[in-house]
Amino acid sequence: MNLAAFDRVLYVGLPYTAIFICVLISLQRYGWRIFTFSSLSSQFLENRTHFWALVPFHYGILTVLLGHLIGFSVPRAVLAWNGRPLRLYILEITALVFGLLTLIGMLALINRRLASDKVRAVTSVMDWIMFAVLLFQVGSGVYVAVFNPWGSTWYAAVAVPYLWSVFTLAPNTAIVTQLPLAAQLHIINAFILIGLFPFTRLVHILVVPNPYLWRRPQVVRWYGSR
Amino acid sequence: MNVRAQISMVFHLDKCIGCHTCSLACKNIWTDRPGTEYMWWNNVETKPGTGYPTLWEDQQRYRGGWDAEGKLKSTGKAWIVANIFHHPSMPTMDDYYEPWTYDYQELFNAPEGPDQPTARPISLVTGKHIDIEAGPNWDDDLGGSPVYAANDPNLAALTPEQRRQLFAIEQLVFFYLPRICNHCLNPACVAACPSAALYKRGEDGIVLLDQKRCRAWRACVPACPYKKTYYNWSTGKTEKCILCFPRIETGQAPACFHSCVGRIRYLGVLLYDADRIHEVATMPDEELIEAQRSLILDPFDPEVLAAARGNNVPESTIEAAQKSPVYQYVKVWKLALPPHLEFRTLPMLFYVPSMAPVMASRQGDTLDHLSQDLFHDIEQARVPIRYLANLLAAGSEARVRYALRKQKAVRWHRRSVTVGDVDAEVVRRMLREADCSPEEADAIYRLTALSTFDERFVIPPGHREMGVETQQDPLMHKQQAGFGFIAGPRRGL
Ligand code: SF4
Ligand code: SF4
Repeated sequence: MNLAAFDRVLYVGLPYTAIFICVLISLQRYGWRIFTFSSLSSQFLENRTHFWALVPFHYGILTVLLGHLIGFSVPRAVLAWNGRPLRLYILEITALVFGLLTLIGMLALINRRLASDKVRAVTSVMDWIMFAVLLFQVGSGVYVAVFNPWGSTWYAAVAVPYLWSVFTLAPNTAIVTQLPLAAQLHIINAFILIGLFPFTRLVHILVVPNPYLWRRPQVVRWYGSR
Repeated sequence: MNVRAQISMVFHLDKCIGCHTCSLACKNIWTDRPGTEYMWWNNVETKPGTGYPTLWEDQQRYRGGWDAEGKLKSTGKAWIVANIFHHPSMPTMDDYYEPWTYDYQELFNAPEGPDQPTARPISLVTGKHIDIEAGPNWDDDLGGSPVYAANDPNLAALTPEQRRQLFAIEQLVFFYLPRICNHCLNPACVAACPSAALYKRGEDGIVLLDQKRCRAWRACVPACPYKKTYYNWSTGKTEKCILCFPRIETGQAPACFHSCVGRIRYLGVLLYDADRIHEVATMPDEELIEAQRSLILDPFDPEVLAAARGNNVPESTIEAAQKSPVYQYVKVWKLALPPHLEFRTLPMLFYVPSMAPVMASRQGDTLDHLSQDLFHDIEQARVPIRYLANLLAAGSEARVRYALRKQKAVRWHRRSVTVGDVDAEVVRRMLREADCSPEEADAIYRLTALSTFDERFVIPPGHREMGVETQQDPLMHKQQAGFGFIAGPRRGL
């Protein structure tokens, strides 16, 4: 297999397979195995280090994901913002800080699972696989942020066009393969994570309870419609 | 007026013998699966004592229930956003206990030797050997214990003298408090659930937790001030008492009621005004008891009946409400009181306070039981009224006194009828002072001591067929029911 074909597997075959699996299995799981949707919290079993692991991780990863999403939806605005060095530094440093927060949270999380007998007892093989992939994802992200500077700019300029090309069903791998190795691994691993997603506890992201903020406090259900 | 029906309960504490039959009946039916071993949907605790989970009544610690402004103390709407990753007042397994079994093989495999072989305890969570440090009913019958009883949150308002009395060895006293979910009118668990997994059934008010919607955000566990929602650490879903609704729907009493050896349990329908729940739940502490009573409507009042019928309350439910033993105890006789109403969830399980043993005063070597005041033994009971008031009457001693006096008057009245050694004038005076007519006293006596199964449990038909009717042809439903697939509750993927 030559290099170009290999690239096509990684940058065309993999993303479509991953997204296809992700959507299909998530829907199937939601429709037929809804009981399995749970955040599977283990705070009940271990509450001493829970705060220091779960809170940094979630705040970190949510911010980082939001950053990726913004870059994905309005790449031009990001490039314009980065036009001035000071603003670029601010953005990069913020991203790095939240990336590190995620990484620290992630390590604390894994450490917590290893350290507490009770939490380890409720950790499945799939959990460990997911942690490994996720740790690689976060780790490679932080690595890129430190050693391949101005990621916010080349993400918007190089990676986002590729992602859009995937989403518009006209995949163009020409420029993305020019990225540094760490960045490429970050992208490929992201697709692996997406493909893995519906088989893991990560599905709790799909059921975050937003209606709570608007609903009335008490819930009454009647047998029939009423 | 928005009339709804609520299946409500009375536990007559004077009759509870602390046998735990109720707890085991429940456990054998509902909570013997992995992850539920530590759950006791029905538990019986010794009072004074710290209860289960430890110190559940201490809301400084668990932040359960509502404040007087009608806000959740644990995580209201705004707070849940920030706290969804880590709940600040979530109890842990250590507040309950780590479930265990024994390694029985060690008994069989032990080599011959001078010692008795022992089976060591192993944790049901990790499968490893553990040292048992707490268990269900760890403080059973330890009423006078300085380790357990002395930490009872209800003792907070007692004077040092009263505390000393409670723990003096000659006067040692305790009673039992069986607890299940109160199926509250203003349930904090329901209001706290971000996923709307918890709900109150419209027809009978049973509070249930939809296992398919629960996502382990665990907000209900701290929110319930009675700690009656339990997190299943294995399936990642919270579970709670379901008041044996499959039994209720088929006209049977819930398992803990059915099996109760002391026959302390009563179950019946109350009609209440759902429009006034919020108003009542935000009243000042002193007015709460009366306010909750006023929420319960007279099932004979034509106006109430008209409103109930207008609200589609079935005729059979109205009939059950008219025969409800709970209505008699709570509203007519005012003998039964709600536990910790100051948590403001408006519990619909009521307790008849127990008569404490007579507190004799010591005169040198003899114990003196006599006093001029007919109700002296209530005022100076070994369990201070203050204590019972904290537990059952949102701090109101008057309500507890009223309930105890009436019970005592009934006893003396019956004694004068059956034994005949009591001065009729004394009995009349007692009944008068206890706000009780001889007829009422007889009725209380009958329902308390002689009542049959059907008088204790007045269960209205479930009318599931009518619920089905609104969605499907009942005949069709009947033919289809029973087919399908049932998956066991397995953890995640
Ligand atoms: S006792 Fe607790 S679990 Fe039961 S309805 Fe009330 S608040 Fe909910
Ligand atoms: S079965 Fe009845 S008498 Fe026995 S502990 Fe339970 S409530 Fe009390």
